[in-house]
Amino acid sequence: MAVTDTLAVNVQNLGFHYPGNDGVTFKGLNLTVRKGERFGLFGPNGAGKTTLLSLVAGLLKADEGTIQLLGLDVKSHSNAVNKLFGFVPQDFSFYEELSPVENMEFFGAWAGLSRRQIKKRTDELLDILGLTDVRNKEVDKFSGGMKRRVNLAIGVMHNPAILILDEPTVGVDVQTRHAIIDYLMKLNENGTTLIYTSHQLSEAEGLCQEIALIDSGEIVVQDSLASLLKEHRHDSLEELFLDLTGKEYRNDV
Amino acid sequence: MFKLWAAIVKDSRVLLRDGIGLALMFFMPIVLVFVVTDIQNSSYKLINKNKLPIYICNRDTGQSSVQLIEAINKIGMFKVSQLPKDQNEKTIADSMKASDAMLGVVIPSNFTVKVKAKAKSVAGKALTSFGLQADSTQKEAGDVDPLTLYYNPVIQESMRLSIKGGLQSALQLVESRETLRSLYFSINEKPLPSKLEDEMLNNKTVINEIPVSKSGSLKAPNAAQHNVPSWTIFAMFFVIMSLGGSIVREKVSGSFIRLKTLPTSYMVGMLSKQITYVGVTIVQAVVIFALGIWVFPLVNLPGLDLPEDIFGLFVVTVICGWCAVSYAMCVGVFAETHQQSNGFGAISIVILAAVGGLMVPTFTMDTSLKTFANLSPMHWCLQSYYGLFLEGGRLRDVIGNLIPLVIISLVFQLISFWGLRRKNLI
Repeated sequence: MAVTDTLAVNVQNLGFHYPGNDGVTFKGLNLTVRKGERFGLFGPNGAGKTTLLSLVAGLLKADEGTIQLLGLDVKSHSNAVNKLFGFVPQDFSFYEELSPVENMEFFGAWAGLSRRQIKKRTDELLDILGLTDVRNKEVDKFSGGMKRRVNLAIGVMHNPAILILDEPTVGVDVQTRHAIIDYLMKLNENGTTLIYTSHQLSEAEGLCQEIALIDSGEIVVQDSLASLLKEHRHDSLEELFLDLTGKEYRNDV
Repeated sequence: MFKLWAAIVKDSRVLLRDGIGLALMFFMPIVLVFVVTDIQNSSYKLINKNKLPIYICNRDTGQSSVQLIEAINKIGMFKVSQLPKDQNEKTIADSMKASDAMLGVVIPSNFTVKVKAKAKSVAGKALTSFGLQADSTQKEAGDVDPLTLYYNPVIQESMRLSIKGGLQSALQLVESRETLRSLYFSINEKPLPSKLEDEMLNNKTVINEIPVSKSGSLKAPNAAQHNVPSWTIFAMFFVIMSLGGSIVREKVSGSFIRLKTLPTSYMVGMLSKQITYVGVTIVQAVVIFALGIWVFPLVNLPGLDLPEDIFGLFVVTVICGWCAVSYAMCVGVFAETHQQSNGFGAISIVILAAVGGLMVPTFTMDTSLKTFANLSPMHWCLQSYYGLFLEGGRLRDVIGNLIPLVIISLVFQLISFWGLRRKNLI
């Protein structure tokens, strides 16, 4: 088996800049994530986390280099690639005027599921994420934590092989955070590769097997958490983070 | 097809929960169509049935002024009331204000004398030109002193001109009568027999008014036939308030991001929005037409008569609706915020309506504005509807108006597609 066959994500020699060089720039960035891994991407504000995830998800187009998901090039196989991964953006990406069921019916159809599959997955996910009793209520009346769960449910409707999560637990209470993390662990046990970013470093310590620290558009380090802590002689991810990215404020305009 | 159906269901649900958007698309245009039709109908009644109130201050003591007042009465356009002779400009204005009279006319004190003098002078000239002996003592008469017309400034220029034309014709009658009498007396040395005078002066030729219609119908279009199609088009273009906002909301809420990561082209989404909102425009037309047919007569407004070619009406409605939806989509794609979409959308619709002839007919516009009107999709919508509603045409008769409408719609579609590509949304 070739090495690339074991990779969920393979980013090689990535070059990217925003129009007018406004924002983060990537020059020759390389990143690999193995299949079935729980991978964490961390960095200060404006480091390039969301931009990198947007490039991997095909939301932005790279200037140079290649991005492959499970061996398929993101640029040339966009429709096939879109079936492979699920995306849970930081913003609530659904229709707040609709109920969870109505949202899942629509996004499920667009993800390529049949009516029967949509019904089955909707019932399953609402049950797992504790939304069954509010399944027909409009989402705009929900709390932030409930909306996060709806956001996650829609992202995993089509059982994706790779799940990209951009700060999935921001602004939620402890119970919701635990519920989300538990569910992500279950998904991973069933073979889903998780690619995750967050500023909740203590939460990440429990979730991620491998981490990468990114700063100013460059991968500073990438290894398993245990190896990195050992190598840099730190007890926690937060200490490691501050050591490698500094303590000064980052203004991300 | 399932993806398209799911998108249509989603768009319909989102639309049905947008109370303000629904009110803007249905309630406001319905109010507008009622109000404008009622106003136009009232102004029609004012001129043709209720008559315009007019005050006449007759400072003259002779017969000519009495004849002038009779002639003004006979026009049938005015309800004449007389004021005492000693009224000045201020008291006339006060009387007009006190009784809501729109007009006041002052006949000068020497009116009869001057009219008669002028008549004698003209008769003399006529006799001389016939080669007959005229009265050698007859002097050249000056012009009759002008009548003064006071008017309420709210009267529009076009109406004022038609009022002035009416008064002028009454004046002409009085002057012609005196000239004729004078001429007859000079030749025959006896007064003009009244029967002959009547035959010579009173216009016996009737003007028949026949609307030029393709269906051969002789029924004159009423205020409803004019206004219901106009404001239905306006209502259709008001979908911008809901559709433009819906596209912007999708963009700013992040739904676009998720949609882009799904294995379905956003073009399916745009198609579903078009189908949903063209459906809305058809419902708008049905509701407004139904009100015109059944509710207008209940509130003493003239009822709407549908064209004979119902299929043609359906096709025109669908194409007009599609054009309105294409425009709304175009604005929604380029607007960055809900406020931009609503603000630009509402103002641009009013401008397109004004230029397109919904508020003032395009035939009254000058050449440059008429050229500009051709660029307004509402102009072509209106011409298509008028072809069916007013001219009694069929679908084939309005094809010439539908072709530019389809071209304009395709341009909006292409601009939207280009905008989506440029913004990396598809």
